[in-house]
Amino acid sequence: MPLFVLRRFIQAFNVLFVMSLLVFAGVYAIGSPLDLLVDPQATTEDLARAAAALGLDQPLWVQYWRFLVRAIGGDLGDSFIHGSPALGLILERMPATLELALVAMLIAVLLGIPLGLWAGLHPESIGGRAIMAGSILGFSLPTFWVGLMLIMVFAVQLGWLPAGGRGPTAEVLGLSLSVLSAEGWRHLILPAANLALFKLSLIIRLTRSGTREALQQDYVRYARAKGLSNTRVVGVHVLKNILIPIVTVVGMEFGALIAFSVVTESIFAWPGMGKLLLESITQLDRPVVVAYLLLIVVLYIGINLIVDLLYAVLDPRVRIRRTSE
Amino acid sequence: MNTNAATVLPTLAVEHLTTRFASRAGVVTAVDDVSFSVAPGEVLGLVGESGSGKSMTAYSLLGLIEPPGEIVAGSIRLKGRELRGLPERDWRTIRGNRIAMIFQDPMMTLNPVLRIDTQMVEAIHAHRRVSRQAALEAARSALGRVGIAAPDERLRAYPHQLSGGMRQRVAIAIALLNAPDLIIADEPTTALDVSIQAQILFEMQTLCRESGTALIWITHDLAVVAGLADRVGVMYAGRIVEHGSVHQVLEQAAHPYTRGLLDSTPAAALAPAEHGKGRRLQQIPGMPPSLADLPAGCAFRLRCTRASSACEQLPALQSPAPGHEVRCFHPLPQAPR
Ligand SMILES: Nc1ncnc2c1ncn2[C@@H]1O[C@H](COP(=O)(O)OP(=O)(O)OP(=O)(O)O)[C@@H](O)[C@H]1O
Ligand code: SF4
Ligand SMILES: [Mg+2]
Repeated sequence: MPLFVLRRFIQAFNVLFVMSLLVFAGVYAIGSPLDLLVDPQATTEDLARAAAALGLDQPLWVQYWRFLVRAIGGDLGDSFIHGSPALGLILERMPATLELALVAMLIAVLLGIPLGLWAGLHPESIGGRAIMAGSILGFSLPTFWVGLMLIMVFAVQLGWLPAGGRGPTAEVLGLSLSVLSAEGWRHLILPAANLALFKLSLIIRLTRSGTREALQQDYVRYARAKGLSNTRVVGVHVLKNILIPIVTVVGMEFGALIAFSVVTESIFAWPGMGKLLLESITQLDRPVVVAYLLLIVVLYIGINLIVDLLYAVLDPRVRIRRTSE
Repeated sequence: MNTNAATVLPTLAVEHLTTRFASRAGVVTAVDDVSFSVAPGEVLGLVGESGSGKSMTAYSLLGLIEPPGEIVAGSIRLKGRELRGLPERDWRTIRGNRIAMIFQDPMMTLNPVLRIDTQMVEAIHAHRRVSRQAALEAARSALGRVGIAAPDERLRAYPHQLSGGMRQRVAIAIALLNAPDLIIADEPTTALDVSIQAQILFEMQTLCRESGTALIWITHDLAVVAGLADRVGVMYAGRIVEHGSVHQVLEQAAHPYTRGLLDSTPAAALAPAEHGKGRRLQQIPGMPPSLADLPAGCAFRLRCTRASSACEQLPALQSPAPGHEVRCFHPLPQAPR
């Protein structure tokens, strides 16, 4: 097991290195931030001075080399706009995004698995068909449109919930969180529902097809032949088997959820990393964009590692293969 | 109640059992007018080619036929109690408790993600309120009875950590847990190699004899039946075509299909019944029919060398000797002995 984790770390560093190259070159290609940063009235000398101060006068490979050397020391550069470290800016916004993504995933899992199970157990029933139809809708409606509709209905028409923003937060262990107050939840629930919709549909379908497949297996017939109750057959024998692919997908999708929160965050004015990214892109704030993308890569790799470890816990067959490797 | 001491109440009495599947291709009668009975401690062999309805007979006896399948006729009496038509909750008290089943492939039937102890303890808890400790103790002793050494280690294992033979022993131990009246074994040794197969056959026979448990052993291998069963039913296309004692069916086969099965089984395997007769192996001509379009009348008639125009009607059961029944218009004459 330690060997396995070590190997994953080496892999992670390789991926990070390649990603940093690509991202750096990509952001460089978008254009020079100087025109946006410096007063349009500035002289050529002013421009040159500003470029030199930001290191933008150097060729790409020198800029990258400087970035890399500092990055190894944990410094991803300072924001052109805010002047403070890019990584710090992002980490400041991270709790808001993580909270949103976690609540969205929780909604997707807690609703998706029971609904998927029901649809898998009663595929021909009206309820089962309705659940499937709903999941098709959830798949095909664009997130931003659903977000706007949610605001239209619940904030504008009914006036039940705020249309955007994060509202009050409470500090816990240095993190500011919304989930601790009712007012926080009122702000959180719409964006979380919006973000959850796609994953919810995905988990419903996954659970449903997993259930239908598991019901065909001999171990289900055997469990019935032992005289087990239906609750035990479904709740233990079927669920434990279908949980394996579900955990994998939930893990993988959690990374995507964080990355995709960009759209939801900007619709609901949620002050998270996604919103910061959009602002930084429009302002060509290179260090922040680069730091954000690298951070997402780290998140993905970390989540993958956790999924693999969880997978080994859930599936005894994997555990054996890995330890005997 | 019949108090006549001479007649022993059979453990299981099946009469005219008929199970159908409604599919788009039409209605398939997988079990067709099947009747037999098994006495306590007796072993009934159920033999037939693939698709002849052996497993569906077994599932019918456990109330495990699911839509689009349905038991449409007949009766299943366990120690005199009618099971057909029982509500699901009553069926559940029968399954795994009064009638236990062992399946063909324990790799597929033991749940891959649950430990052996979980799968054994739940089989007890489904029928008895005992502590987990008591259930584990019962599991340990059942594993001991089927010859598993170091039961504690096995209890903590997952199915894939055990060998094929070991897994099947675990399945047998699970069947024994609630001391059932009847065990149905559906080709449980087909996946194992021959020496382990023989060992398990012998152990099952001993276990059932000792405890008075009736045993239905499903197989397509007549050689297995020769060494194990007291009586044999031969199935073809959902029907029992011949039924009698091992001696009657293997040595005085009257149905042309049974004869064909015997002629395609190596003689040494059937020893001593058929040993040393120096006959050649012969395959039954033609293919097993699809149940979806069976010929009218005798289902075997397109493959039968004795068929006549009479065989276009369904033959009734006739009895060449007491306890021996044959569904055929032209049964083979009995060799004078
Ligand atoms: N769901 C179903 N729909 C239609 N027909 C079915 C269905 N399930 C089983 N059958 C029919 O039941 C017949 C009997 O199958 P069964 O499994 O009992 O055969 P078997 O004698 O156990 O064969 P094997 O030796 O291969 O296990 C099959 O030929 C098939 O046509
Ligand atoms: S009834 Fe006719 S076709 Fe059927 S087995 Fe007997 S002889 Fe053959
Ligand atoms: Mg079968």
